[in-house]
Amino acid sequence: MSQHELNARNLLCPIPVIRTQNKISELSAGDQLVVYCTDPGTLHDIPAWCRVHGHTLVSAEEQSDEIVITIEVNDT
Amino acid sequence: MLATKVIQEQGVHVEGINFYTGFCVEGHTHAIRKKDKEKQKKNSSLWVAEQLGIKLHIIDISEEYKDIVLNPKHGYGQNLNPCLDCKIDMVARAWQWCQDNDFDFVITGEVIGQRPKSQRKATMPIIARESQVEDRLVRPLCAQHLPETYPEREGWVKREELYDFSGRSRKPQFALAEKLGIDEWSQPAGGCCFLTDASYSKKLQDLWDARGERRYEVDDIMLLKVGRHIRPAKNFKLIVSREEGENNFMRGYRSQFTYLYPTSHGGPLTLIDGSPTDEDLELAARIVARFSQGRNADKVTLEVVREHNQPAQVVQVVPMPADDIPEEWYIH
Repeated sequence: MSQHELNARNLLCPIPVIRTQNKISELSAGDQLVVYCTDPGTLHDIPAWCRVHGHTLVSAEEQSDEIVITIEVNDT
Repeated sequence: MLATKVIQEQGVHVEGINFYTGFCVEGHTHAIRKKDKEKQKKNSSLWVAEQLGIKLHIIDISEEYKDIVLNPKHGYGQNLNPCLDCKIDMVARAWQWCQDNDFDFVITGEVIGQRPKSQRKATMPIIARESQVEDRLVRPLCAQHLPETYPEREGWVKREELYDFSGRSRKPQFALAEKLGIDEWSQPAGGCCFLTDASYSKKLQDLWDARGERRYEVDDIMLLKVGRHIRPAKNFKLIVSREEGENNFMRGYRSQFTYLYPTSHGGPLTLIDGSPTDEDLELAARIVARFSQGRNADKVTLEVVREHNQPAQVVQVVPMPADDIPEEWYIH
């Protein structure tokens, strides 16, 4: 189990979702991924992607000028 | 959505694929423009996948897709939309994905006669043949007008439970949606691609004409979605932000362009695409001043930056009267 980070700042949806999807495909169940974004659309799209793929959304919050989303990878 | 539901109803496991070409209307535009901030920023394909309870794989094909836009074997539709080539390419990619991931066939929501270019009876076999999916392509909504496919012959899909829709009317689809308990859906096909938009296509054609060659980078097509595009001469074009959201988006491109902005009055960030001379930049400054809050002032001061993070040149200009900007300079 390990923690990983993904910089998706200044990218517009759906690119942050695609980068998240591709990164998660390299991780193992139990790993956590923290995604840093600036497009407000990610607050909807990344949690939706997690729901359809069965991964756990740990948190999704706006911090000053950016959005930080933490996902726990499940075995789906 | 309907096609998937029809196949799901037969007990078949379905997963979705959404190809990102760079020309998708939603997402980017909603994220960029402040006036759209209140619109719900959901991704339609993810929303549909969630309603259907299926996985959705989003695949970035924006680089490879250039060849489809630049060299469509079957030509363009009304604007620069290469719909038939696009469909062939996406079905081919979907079929390859199926083979790589142990899926048996591809389904699409096509309906004969629904779209003038890509959804005609004559184009259906072309798509199946040129994508090389052949008879592993099922169109559940109009299957009864088409030859039996391999999944039907094998009994994986019951032909009698597929449909015979045709034509532009969507009434049968609405009726089927109601029957299947679907009361909300995403926008119909065609409205989600910038290449079907006349104004966007003009901007893309202008870009090619000015460069003297048909090529683009993904950043080019992003910038065609924002701002007023004004071309006073072949060697340069202004991209004038229209509001705060576009201003913020365009700030990310300052390192790639000459840019200018008013300092004596509120006004738009403007990127200059091309190779402007000093005289061109003075003209550009007068145009930008016209779109600033100093449009009625005697003079407007602007800063012109040839190279990002280098010292700006300060210029003072008389704003150009709105009527002095020829209509043909506007690309729209």
